[in-house]
Formats: sequence, structure tokens, C-alpha cells
Amino acid sequence: MTPSIAHPDRVEGWNRPPIIEPDGEGELLEVAMGPHHPSTHGVFRMDVALDGERVIRLKPVFGYLHRNHEKIAEGTSYLASMPYTDRLDYFCSLTNNWAYALAVEKLVGQQVPERAEYIRVILAELTRIQNHASTIGFLTQEMGASGTPLMYAFREREKILDLFEQLTGSRMMCNYMRFGGCRVDMSAAHLDSARKIVAGLPGFIDEFEALLSTNEILMARCQGIGKLKPELAINAGVSGPMLRASGVDYDIRKVDHYGIYDRFKFRVPLGDHGDVYDRYMVRVLEMRESVTILEQALKDIPAGPIMDPKAKIRGFRPKPGEAYGRIEAPKGELGFYLISDGTPNPYRYRVRPPSLINLTVLEDMCLGESVADVVVIFGSVDIVLGEVDR
Amino acid sequence: MAYTGDNPLMKTVEEIKAAIEAAVPGAGVDIISNPSVSGQHSLLIAQSHALQVAQFLRDDTELALDYLSNVTGVDYLDKEISEKVKVTRTVTKTVDGVEQQVEETVDETRKRVEPGYLETVYHLFSVAKKHGPVVLRMRTVNRTDQVEMPSLTPIWRGAELQEREVFDLYGVVFTGHPDLRRLLMWDEFKDHPMRKDYVEPDDFEYEPTPHDQVLERAKQHAASESASIQEGAETR
Repeated sequence: MTPSIAHPDRVEGWNRPPIIEPDGEGELLEVAMGPHHPSTHGVFRMDVALDGERVIRLKPVFGYLHRNHEKIAEGTSYLASMPYTDRLDYFCSLTNNWAYALAVEKLVGQQVPERAEYIRVILAELTRIQNHASTIGFLTQEMGASGTPLMYAFREREKILDLFEQLTGSRMMCNYMRFGGCRVDMSAAHLDSARKIVAGLPGFIDEFEALLSTNEILMARCQGIGKLKPELAINAGVSGPMLRASGVDYDIRKVDHYGIYDRFKFRVPLGDHGDVYDRYMVRVLEMRESVTILEQALKDIPAGPIMDPKAKIRGFRPKPGEAYGRIEAPKGELGFYLISDGTPNPYRYRVRPPSLINLTVLEDMCLGESVADVVVIFGSVDIVLGEVDR
Repeated sequence: MAYTGDNPLMKTVEEIKAAIEAAVPGAGVDIISNPSVSGQHSLLIAQSHALQVAQFLRDDTELALDYLSNVTGVDYLDKEISEKVKVTRTVTKTVDGVEQQVEETVDETRKRVEPGYLETVYHLFSVAKKHGPVVLRMRTVNRTDQVEMPSLTPIWRGAELQEREVFDLYGVVFTGHPDLRRLLMWDEFKDHPMRKDYVEPDDFEYEPTPHDQVLERAKQHAASESASIQEGAETR
């Protein structure tokens, strides 16, 4: 065992990954999975020590995509960071926008008009559906289902991205929310096409489930793999579908009631075993709940302004103070922590990245499993490297 | 203006402070009030009792802050404070042709340097009770040689990667962290890029039409370039 992978300092008394001793007689094999491995969703490296096929140690290595987003944001004005938040988790730019706008609104006490709140909910739930669909697509891709489920997901994602493009001018880098509202209004035509997309979604989810949920290969590869205990999940700050798949009832939409989420009826799906299959199933069920939220929101959306007329755009200088705002992003708890010193630029700008913090328990989930399962477990975490490395 | 997002805590910061001081004797807890409308006041805890305080906050049945959401660093530079002080001193003066010792009061501006510090901020929530956030802060003595701070990873594993990030970008050394290595920068990197006085390396690239910041950097680059050429000539 070389020191690069061995835990440098295995101190007692913390919630550490279990130590697995090799039982084989052969030598341990060290493999650097990544940073250009196709299963790592970008540039991420896992230094794995193997005893035959079994994983004995696993150390994630980060930073290949680091560009110090926080430092850049501290050097520019508050609004100028809004387009940059799109580049964090580039699958869900609209929820990133919302989390940042929410933190700033909290800092300055900015109110948001009704219609803008509805538009935010509609766009965030559409984002959640396309994110979960593609995550499941990538997960099945990693199990060897080369293409078909991913293409089913991308067919649906394309419809949603077309709507985003019509509305915001960009498929993925939407740059849409503002402090106190949204940038452009959703016209009747936009709402109609959103209704059309939402009407087609239950059929798509049914089809997706018929293809995957009881598929023998998927069940064999996912069930009982990569188990995560609820106590460890809470202690390690895991959030989002991963936390709920371990059976912890914690959805920030229900807990914080940010925006107008207290107006909608929806359920929070929970897992029983905390394995990869539960994470898959929680995502499918969350898509169904998102559809019910979308149906309610598209029915109730009122007319009115989309921007608070009192919102200050030019010369925006929040009074000294700090605020932490968080939302339930598709990948987990996305938070922004801001400290203002009264100047146009934030003194401290911090992103709480769910993708990075969910990877804290990657070693715990992978120990004792085989290499092929590491790929599946990693796929079930659902990360985007733009957010992990920032 | 009430913001509806936060779940109202059952206890205010003052009550939490009292609870901590009752449970952990000698724990110096200060309230740092937040003038913003968010109303998220924070508790500054002393390094010496940090682990006991953290354990109490996690295990107390009423607070049950079992979920450490966010860990981050903040850098405060050394502050130079100039203040006016009245000073009395004895001066020799010639009054009416006779030298005399006279006491005189003069206004004097004195400058003193208040040492800066590094701060770590922890945002705690409760999954069991569904309330939060409670904001904890810890400070180092200064920014240069006394930058140690106890790690809270033994209490909340959620701090593991985030404290590594604070170590990497701010240079806070967490004692008791099981695996304190750089997270985002490479191991051979020397500085801490998120510090306010960090100087970026001179990675100037030629631009045909430099302006604003780019022009500024071009000038700096040219100056450093000519200095290094001169230096080279001297050594030769």
C-alpha cells in the first residue's frame, strides 16, 4: 500500500469509512480511474486500491476543472455573477439562478411578484425533470445499456430545452432570474408549449419505467449495491435524492417553503434500502411529483408583473450584513452564502455545492464492492464537475 | 419585511448561547449580530471548547443540529486604525526671557494595526426537528503564523471535504482533521488563492488592443520584464 492512497492518518473517533483488509493472497493493484474515464462525467479521478475485483480504498481527487468561481464573483458586482452561476451545474442553470437570486433577495429583503414566483417554480420543476431523466439515462449507459434509455431521456429533455431557448434565448446557459423577479415574461404561447410538454410527460415516465424499472439487468446491477445508511447520510451532509433514497424525509421545498412551494400538493418519495436502485426509483417518483406541481402551477399562474418595480438594478449596493439562502436543486441542497460590506461587490461569495458534498460518502459506498459497481454507484450520485470543482 | 423562507427556530441565538453556556462551562460564546434583514445572527465560539460545544449542539435533544450544511472561510485583512489622542508633554519654552518647563496638551494622530484573522463559518440545520440555520463562527489568532483551528469533522463528517477546501483556499490549519490535504489546487501549490491579499501570477498574454484591466496588467508585465532583464545583465 503506497501512501498516496492509504489514509494518511486514521484517527479514532470520527465517522470514518470502514477499514477493509485484503483477504486475497495476491498483490494489491492501484488504479487511477479518471480523470478521462468516460464514466466520470467529466474530469474527476478516483485513486482505487483493488484486491482482485474488490475495492479496498478509494480516494477521490478533485480540482481538474477548478477556476475559482468564488474569487471571480468577489471581484465583480452582484448581478454580473448571475450568468456565471449557469456554469456551475450546467444541466440545471435555472435552479442555480434561483438559488443565487434567493440568497441576494434574502440579503436585501427583496420581495418577488406572484407571477415571477410561479414562473420560477415552473422552470425549476422542468429543470428537475430533465436533470433526473438524463441522470437515469447516464446511469443506464454506465451499466451497458448503450444509448436507448439515454436517447429516450434526451428526446424529452430536448423538448424542455427548446422551451428554455424560446423563453431565455439559450438552451443551457439561461441567465434568466433577476433579484426581485425574472428577466422576460412567459407569454401565452410559452405557457401553451409548457402545458403541451407537461401533458406528454406522464406518458414518457410510464414508457421509461416500463423499459427500466423491472428490467432484470438493471435490477441485478442496482439492488443491494452501494448502500448508504441514513445516519451516515445525515452526518455527512448528503442532500437531495441521495439523502431521500436512504429514507430520510428532508426536502427543502417542504422544510423551508421557499418561493411558493407551500401552495402545491406533492409528496416526497423516500427509499427503503439506500442502494442504487432506490436512488433510481426516487428520481423516477420525483419526476412524477414534479409533473403534479407543474400541472398545478400552470393552472394557477396569475397575470401581473414579473419584476418588483421597487427592485434596484443599477447601483445595487446591499447594506452590510450576510445571508445564506438555499434551495432544493435537482442534485441536492444548493446554497449561496453572501457577506456584504456595503460595496457593489460581495465581500464573500460562497457556493455550497451539493455535487461535491455528496461525494464525501463515495468511499463508504464503494468499499467492498467490485470495480464495475464503482462506476454504477458513482453514476447514481449524480454530479456535474462544473459544480464540484467550481 | 419578513422573509418567509427560513424555518423559524424554536430558540433565538440568545437562548442557544445560554443553553451552550449552561451545558459547557467556560465556553466563551459571543453573539455576532447580523444587520441584514435576513436576521441570521451567528455565534462566535472559542477554539478551546469548540468540540464540546459542537457535540452539545448535535446531541442536545431540543436543538438536535445533526446536519452540517455549509462550511466556509472568510479572510479579514490587518486593519490600520488611525485615532486622535491627546498627549501632554513637558516642553522647554522661553517665557519673558526666562527658560521654563511648561506642560502642553497637543492632539496627535496615532496609527495602530489591528491584526486580521481568518474565520470559518459553519451553517447548521436539524433534519430531525427541521429547523435552522444556526451559524457558528471560529477565528484564528492572526493570518500568518497562528492559523490553527480545531476541526469539526469528528462531529459532523459533512465538514470533511469542505474543511479541506478552506485549508486549501484560505490556509486555515484544522487540527484533528483526519485527512488534511489540498482539495482543489495541486499539492505543490504554495499560496492560498482566496485570501484577500493573494497576488495572481504574471500569466500575461500578448493582446493587440489592450484596455482597462488588460492594459494595466500589460504595463505591470512590461515593468517586471525590464526589471528581470536588468537583473540578468547585472549578474552577467
